[in-house]
Amino acid sequence: MEWEAVIGLEVHVQLATKSKIFSGAATTFGAEPNTQACAVDLAMPGMLPVMNEEAVRMAVMFGLAIGAEINTRSVFDRKNYFYPDLPKGYQISQLDHPTVKQGKLDIQLENGEKKTINITRAHLEEDAGKSLHEDFHGMTGIDLNRAGTPLLEIVSEPELRSAKEAVAYLKKLHSIVTYLGISDGDMSQGSMRCDCNVSVRPKGQKEFGVRTEIKNVNSFRFVEKAIQGEIERQIDLIEGGLKVEQETRLYDADDDDTRPMRSKEFANDYRYFPDPDLLPIEIDDAYIEAIRSKLPELPEQKLARFCSEYGLSDYDAGVLVSSRAQADYFEVATRIVGDAKLTANWVMGELAKRLNQNSLDISQSPVPAEGLGKLLLRLKDNTINGKAAKDVLEAMWNGEGEADEIIEKKGLKQVSDTGAIEAIVDEVLANNAAQVEQYKAADEAKRGKLISFLVGQAIKASKGKANPQQVKAILAQKLS
Amino acid sequence: MTIQSKQLETIAKLARLETPGDQVAKLTRDLGQILDFVEQMQKVDTSAVEPLSNPLEMTQRLRKDEVTESNQREKFQAIAPATENGLYLVPKVID
Amino acid sequence: MLPHTISEIISGLRDKQFSSREITQDYLTRIKRLNPELNCFITITEDLALSQAEQADARRNAGEASILNGVPLAHKDVFCTEGVTTTCGSRMLEKFVPPYESTVTRKFMEAGAVTLGKTNMDEFAMGSSNENSYFGPVRNPWDTERAPGGSSGGSAAAVAAGLCAAATGTDTGGSIRQPAAFCGLTGLKPTYGRVSRLGMVAFASSLDQGGPFARTAEDAALLMNVMAGHDPMDSTSAQNPTEDYTSALAQPLTGFTIGLPKEYFSSQLNAELEKALQEAIKVYESLGASFKEVSLPHTELSVPAYYVIAPAECSTNLSRFDGVRYGHRCENPKDLEDLYQRSRSEGFGDEVKRRILIGTYALSAGYYDAYYRQAQKIRRLIKNDFVSTLNEVDALLCPTTPDVAFKLGEKTSDPVQMYLEDIFTIPASLAGLPALGLPCGFKGGLPVGMQLIGNYFTEARLLNLGHQYQLNTDWHKRSPALGE
Repeated sequence: MEWEAVIGLEVHVQLATKSKIFSGAATTFGAEPNTQACAVDLAMPGMLPVMNEEAVRMAVMFGLAIGAEINTRSVFDRKNYFYPDLPKGYQISQLDHPTVKQGKLDIQLENGEKKTINITRAHLEEDAGKSLHEDFHGMTGIDLNRAGTPLLEIVSEPELRSAKEAVAYLKKLHSIVTYLGISDGDMSQGSMRCDCNVSVRPKGQKEFGVRTEIKNVNSFRFVEKAIQGEIERQIDLIEGGLKVEQETRLYDADDDDTRPMRSKEFANDYRYFPDPDLLPIEIDDAYIEAIRSKLPELPEQKLARFCSEYGLSDYDAGVLVSSRAQADYFEVATRIVGDAKLTANWVMGELAKRLNQNSLDISQSPVPAEGLGKLLLRLKDNTINGKAAKDVLEAMWNGEGEADEIIEKKGLKQVSDTGAIEAIVDEVLANNAAQVEQYKAADEAKRGKLISFLVGQAIKASKGKANPQQVKAILAQKLS
Repeated sequence: MTIQSKQLETIAKLARLETPGDQVAKLTRDLGQILDFVEQMQKVDTSAVEPLSNPLEMTQRLRKDEVTESNQREKFQAIAPATENGLYLVPKVID
Repeated sequence: MLPHTISEIISGLRDKQFSSREITQDYLTRIKRLNPELNCFITITEDLALSQAEQADARRNAGEASILNGVPLAHKDVFCTEGVTTTCGSRMLEKFVPPYESTVTRKFMEAGAVTLGKTNMDEFAMGSSNENSYFGPVRNPWDTERAPGGSSGGSAAAVAAGLCAAATGTDTGGSIRQPAAFCGLTGLKPTYGRVSRLGMVAFASSLDQGGPFARTAEDAALLMNVMAGHDPMDSTSAQNPTEDYTSALAQPLTGFTIGLPKEYFSSQLNAELEKALQEAIKVYESLGASFKEVSLPHTELSVPAYYVIAPAECSTNLSRFDGVRYGHRCENPKDLEDLYQRSRSEGFGDEVKRRILIGTYALSAGYYDAYYRQAQKIRRLIKNDFVSTLNEVDALLCPTTPDVAFKLGEKTSDPVQMYLEDIFTIPASLAGLPALGLPCGFKGGLPVGMQLIGNYFTEARLLNLGHQYQLNTDWHKRSPALGE
């Protein structure tokens, strides 16, 4: 039988606020345990939450970016359950009145087609702390630094049909939140975590199968593997005459496998109700429009603009806008160079190669966009040739200074003086009499190869500094 | 309105409270009486009434995104029942 | 003999009739003598009080005395006090020493007041008799066989017994007004949100409100001048500007219209209490006020609605007491569930557990709409009753309690009977309205209280009504004998 997977994702995005959603404690990642947990985060008796305006603004930005309706009145609810990383015994979340209502985004399928995925809602809530399972004499240690970090939970409709689609959706979300600057999107630090709801059904069937939820998967690769594995597990069960149990499962990256969560055996009744310590957030159209007017350009808009403004191909523009940092880098550099195609080639080529080799993000590049721009400007204005430019980039990468400085120091300036080049060409012709004879005897087809050899010799003789176009022109003239 | 001991068990478990056998009878009776009493509410037709959560019906005031709290771990953990290396300790948590 | 009122203490300190240290010492001596019997205080902060008093005297000598400088007060043990044990009347917090100060107690400290100690209360402010305290019941100074009322019973009994001239309390469904009535005091429950809840251990967040206990409306106004005000750390704190609550005290009552809600003068009200209220009405008429019968038709439903809303909120407010970060933790928990269940079961008393269970039930799947949501809807109906009525009159006059102080143990066996004690105080709590309780007579040697309910943020008008009444009566000047 042919099976179809039905997948919906609940993505938790940590918002990049300075302070927590309901307290003035810092949200910096990696601090010593419990040094960023204030009395509110620790749920000390009598402590009260006060909402961070920045988290609201960020949620609205996201809503506008996915074309969603923004709730002008959103309400915080308490979700009640006991867990040691949840100090109040309830999580403050939004149930019936989330800040962001239905929206949608487009993903690109492997066959190049576009598919629209509907987003049910996105709501604000607080993150929990962390349980550390290293052994403290049979005890678990609790770090509440993360407790109260603002989260935007983005819930998709169950419209994804494969692990690959799920990853494409997640990557799209990732690019949107990082473009908006509302999250650092660093999945390794838990800034974006994903709960995957997965079920399978015979292709063509309308009703959904029994679903399982895989909790807290925190990389694109794991999402793909966890979902793929779960789809296969469910199909195997059904084909083996067994049933899929509705349950919550955990993905174990080490074993590349999921297992049922033991702590959720007892069916929880979350007893949601409006948090009486907080009041409804009311925002008006003016507030929403002010945010809309300042919304940064999103990936699709940027792609279209890169094509029209810079005359880049769809492919090049697509690669460049895949991350906001890369697109920004490109734009800064190209503004200096004045040649988009040249800049794009170098950003996607020489620079990307070095970044990949060193596992660096473009934001961590030792050569900043201005630096590359100035270098390429020298290539463009014929101060140096392409070979020299690569050497200069290498030197810049190693921290040897700015492009002009290195060009000067290494004497890489291209020779464009016709007299000087003629002298070099004459020397090359004299030293390579055999090739010159061959050239004269050869037909058009073979002449190209021979002239390239001679150009190479001339550039070599100039120690790489001669302008190749000029050399070629002068050679051609002299040989004819 | 009576409340069954099974129901009591479910609620008590949600609330993380023990219900020792010798208290079940009294608790179910007390809770049953209270629920009977609040049952009066059902006689009013409230279908057209909006629930009221906050008597003043104010809206949420928003705080500026500023870090105002500094590390007070020692002070806070001085009153904690069990800590080690800056962590609060609880019996082993199984996910 | 100790001075009677805060105003007298203020003028005595100002005129150097006594120093803060002297009067603080006198109160401490009296507390030590009477507290063992009355059990008003859970913690007596003798050293703190004396050092605060000395500092206050030094400030006064330096010409830096603010209004309450050197005035000794007691605080309900629901307000977190940095470095001073704050039990909330519970075993759960028996050894809890908060690392922070509540806004209310901080404001009193900043105003120069002296803290004599932390007063006894029903556990987590849940109760109407102060019999639900882990630290034992408080006794009513007018008759030590009787309850002082609750939940702020310790504060009320302390003021009535002259162990302090005034004290703070909190009122969720009557916890200031009912003990004020039982102990012959003036007590104000301000508009919800007028006094900050930060650092006040929460019982029911949408109802809890701090307020003063005093001998007179004038004293209550002085305390309100310190307590009231917006707190940016409390989202539910009202942003309206505060006023000088003493400024309207002297205003004549000519032209005032006071409503008499007929539902409050019902068969539930003891006849002798009704007579005392009729006398009070005559006093007000003589002062130029006129009366009008009004109706608050949903009054009867207020107790049921309250006993869904308050337990629901408390059931989750008290989830933070889990034995992990502070408070009681059971010995040798065998696993996480054992830690939670045993710490909480050992730490909480019966009434608190009962309310947690009721609240959990009311919020649970399948019952939410019938209980919690319905209660919130009834809450709106009750508020609407008041809003339309208070459009027609300046304030409402009604009883605070159905009868005078009952005997200790008299109502403990029947939770519902105990809940019905709050029938006259709960409606204003649900509506979030300010209400002033003050003495208006005696029945069998026990004080009778009346209640004035005003529109939102009309505390100054209520205090004006109370003060004018007290200028023309002397019920508030009487003190229990206490073997003196």
